[in-house]
Amino acid sequence: MRCRAIRRLPLQRVVVPIPTSRAACAASSISQRPNSDFVSFPGALKSAFTSTLKFEHPGSYTALPTYRVVDQHGTVVDSSFTPDISDEAVIKLYKDMLFISIMDLIMFDAQRQGRLSFYMVSAGEEAVSVGSSSVLDFEDSVYCQYREQGLFKERGMTTKEFMSQLFANKNDPGKGRNMPVHYGSKRLNIVSISTSAYAAAAALSSLKLIEAHAPQHTVSSPLATQIPQASGAGYALKMQKLQNPNSKARVAVCFFGEGAASEGDFHAAMNIAATRSCPVIFICRNNGYAISTPTLDQYRGDGIASRGIGYGIDTIRVDGNDIWAVREAVKRGREMALQDGGKPILIECMTYRVSHHSTSDDSFAYRARIEVEDWKRRDNPITRLRKWMEAKGVWDEAKEKEARESLRKEILKGFSEAEKEKKPALRTMFEDIYEEITPELKAQMTELRDMLDKYPDEYDFSEYEGGKESLRE
Amino acid sequence: MMRRGVGQLSKAALSRPLPRRERCYSTHPPNARLNKPIDYGTTQLLAHSSKGPALGNHHEIPLEVRNGATRKMNLFQAVNDALGIALAEDDSVLIFGEDVAFGGVFRCTMKLAETHGAERVFNTPLTEQGIMGFGIGLAAQGMRPVAEIQFADYVFPAFDQIVNEGAKLRYREGATGVHAGSLTVRMPCGGVGHGGLYHSQSPESLFTHIPGFRIVMPRSPIQAKGLLLSAIRSNDPCIFMEPKILYRAAVEQVPEAAYELPLSKAEVVKPGKDITIISYGQPMYTCLSAIQRAEEDLGVSCELIDLRTVYPWDKETVFASVRKTGRVLVVHEAMVNAGVGAEIAAAIQEDPETFVRLEAPVARVAGWSIHSALMFERFNIPDIARIYENIRKSLDY
Repeated sequence: MRCRAIRRLPLQRVVVPIPTSRAACAASSISQRPNSDFVSFPGALKSAFTSTLKFEHPGSYTALPTYRVVDQHGTVVDSSFTPDISDEAVIKLYKDMLFISIMDLIMFDAQRQGRLSFYMVSAGEEAVSVGSSSVLDFEDSVYCQYREQGLFKERGMTTKEFMSQLFANKNDPGKGRNMPVHYGSKRLNIVSISTSAYAAAAALSSLKLIEAHAPQHTVSSPLATQIPQASGAGYALKMQKLQNPNSKARVAVCFFGEGAASEGDFHAAMNIAATRSCPVIFICRNNGYAISTPTLDQYRGDGIASRGIGYGIDTIRVDGNDIWAVREAVKRGREMALQDGGKPILIECMTYRVSHHSTSDDSFAYRARIEVEDWKRRDNPITRLRKWMEAKGVWDEAKEKEARESLRKEILKGFSEAEKEKKPALRTMFEDIYEEITPELKAQMTELRDMLDKYPDEYDFSEYEGGKESLRE
Repeated sequence: MMRRGVGQLSKAALSRPLPRRERCYSTHPPNARLNKPIDYGTTQLLAHSSKGPALGNHHEIPLEVRNGATRKMNLFQAVNDALGIALAEDDSVLIFGEDVAFGGVFRCTMKLAETHGAERVFNTPLTEQGIMGFGIGLAAQGMRPVAEIQFADYVFPAFDQIVNEGAKLRYREGATGVHAGSLTVRMPCGGVGHGGLYHSQSPESLFTHIPGFRIVMPRSPIQAKGLLLSAIRSNDPCIFMEPKILYRAAVEQVPEAAYELPLSKAEVVKPGKDITIISYGQPMYTCLSAIQRAEEDLGVSCELIDLRTVYPWDKETVFASVRKTGRVLVVHEAMVNAGVGAEIAAAIQEDPETFVRLEAPVARVAGWSIHSALMFERFNIPDIARIYENIRKSLDY
């Protein structure tokens, strides 16, 4: 606790104001009934007295259960379950997962050949991203960590857009500034916004927030920083709905791994989302590893889900290899997040990171190859949905072969096209630091251009759009 | 053992009346000619009446605002006034931080929750990284958040969110157009006489190493109101640092209407021809006192510049002044090593036209390269004597 007394010292007089607002009074209006079994300590309102000295032992609680709809053989185990989407829509989701897994293989190899600088696959976790995405509203604001490629695919990111980002060419919305896999998109979100509804709302009010968008936020490398930002985004969506009741109710969604949940930002985000009642869905991908660190070195509690309860957050653990379980949980979670004026939801998806952490990692240095092979064979989100589809008679070996071949072709075509594109103009390295280029940056742009003029043999700028001319003011 | 000892001591202490003494942290040497206390009641830097402008302070404020009603405000009231205006004019403005709902530990958010609702002015849990992340999320979603960090000393847990997220968001997002430009972060800073290690710091130079944010520090209530309104309305994220020693001490007639003062624009507060003195925040008053003494004693004329925005800073105004005077002194409270003064000094000598006009080395008067130790503050923060001596040295060079 920081020294509150010192905080007040600079003031000449210390005047403690009498709270006048309802919120300010609430904390001091706790009354205790005579002979109550409960304590009226402000910090824990419904705690009953006990005369037994007993510490709560985590081991005396059973682990939170894992919700599943379809087992690893593709058999439905939740008898109340009926698919809420058409067979065509299921096949679309399946192909989205397949697309990501095929792109992963191609790009991983491409990195190994030195054709792009870096890559991260999401093998084994396709159901979490594709499944979640498929039940979110297109206008929900989404924050990803970096292993949620499936969400971008499900939301409509094209092969060209994936490849432009990976090759950091002139079509990359990140303007060649971010490492590969740090996807972001504006188009994915604004495309479906009903412009007439927004225009009507804008006519009724002068609010600037009418211009608000629901971005698919660009991935950033620092882990967990997106979690409190998602809480803030959730609060913004709640305020925008309050201030414009005709607008659509939306939620913020935030993905992160179980390793990132050890960061302070996770704690900050859960707590602030709960205290401010923010409509935000936190989706944890618990895949067993943070690079080389197994969960045993990451935490000693019952995973991430058990923490949600401590923050006062409605929580569920689901089988992340079961796309139906993910969909049901996120769908219900979204409804709940919008109830009672908004509240946070925590969903822990249990999976296994089948792949290496990234192209800079050889995971066999810290885990047995057999363990990985076992997971690939025993349980995999793609094969599980395939089994379900085959049992239903909507998929077969011929369709599988055809789908794989056409996706592979499509990706390779996008790959070679993106690789040939020019890189973004050199000028873009100085833009977007501030809203406008500052005099300092203009001077530095000129300085760089002078260098390129004077030492033409020292720099190769031929692959950049417009060459050095873009540096001209 | 320890507890009992303390108990006995306090009982003993209470049993006899405490000797009456001046507070040791607010005394000044009785025979001092230079190091006299700043008289905020008469300093020309503050507009004590609605008639007659204080030094600087009037050129940039629109005539109708200057001629309109004014009200006596201290710095915290001017901040409060600006926040109230911002909340009233734009529904997307939200104010939050630790203890802001009841009015804030420095009274800057008094009555705002009552007037504008608990949804728009609210307390957060005690987590600086959370406050900053929450603010960036709000900004990215189209709101106009004004976050408060209770003391600049406690901004460090939020550093990752500031450096890696808030500052880089526009750059990283590129063509998606998302940015945190509507974010403003307020924080009290600077020495207050007895703040010790964690209630005194001025970390502005750490922020100046982060492209993306504008770092602003006002010197007075009039400046605070105009600069804070600009910061809130700006589409670049701003860190607004409030010298807390001025919260109650600096009182002036502040226009009641809304007005903006430009960001990244220095102000020549007092013109002069022999030496340029550059500062910002509270030391502006110390500088003025030293200047007045030096002008009397040495018969020179000093130009005083308030940087106001320490990054991106106004090189042109500074260069123009130094080209004219040929001598320059940079004064700030924060420690000298890699401080704002280092950047200004380097930029001055780097500019060919300014370099050739220099008649003396660029001097810096700043805190020593130490932490802000409780009992030594008056020997650490630049005082009138040190500034006076450096003016003299520069002129004698």
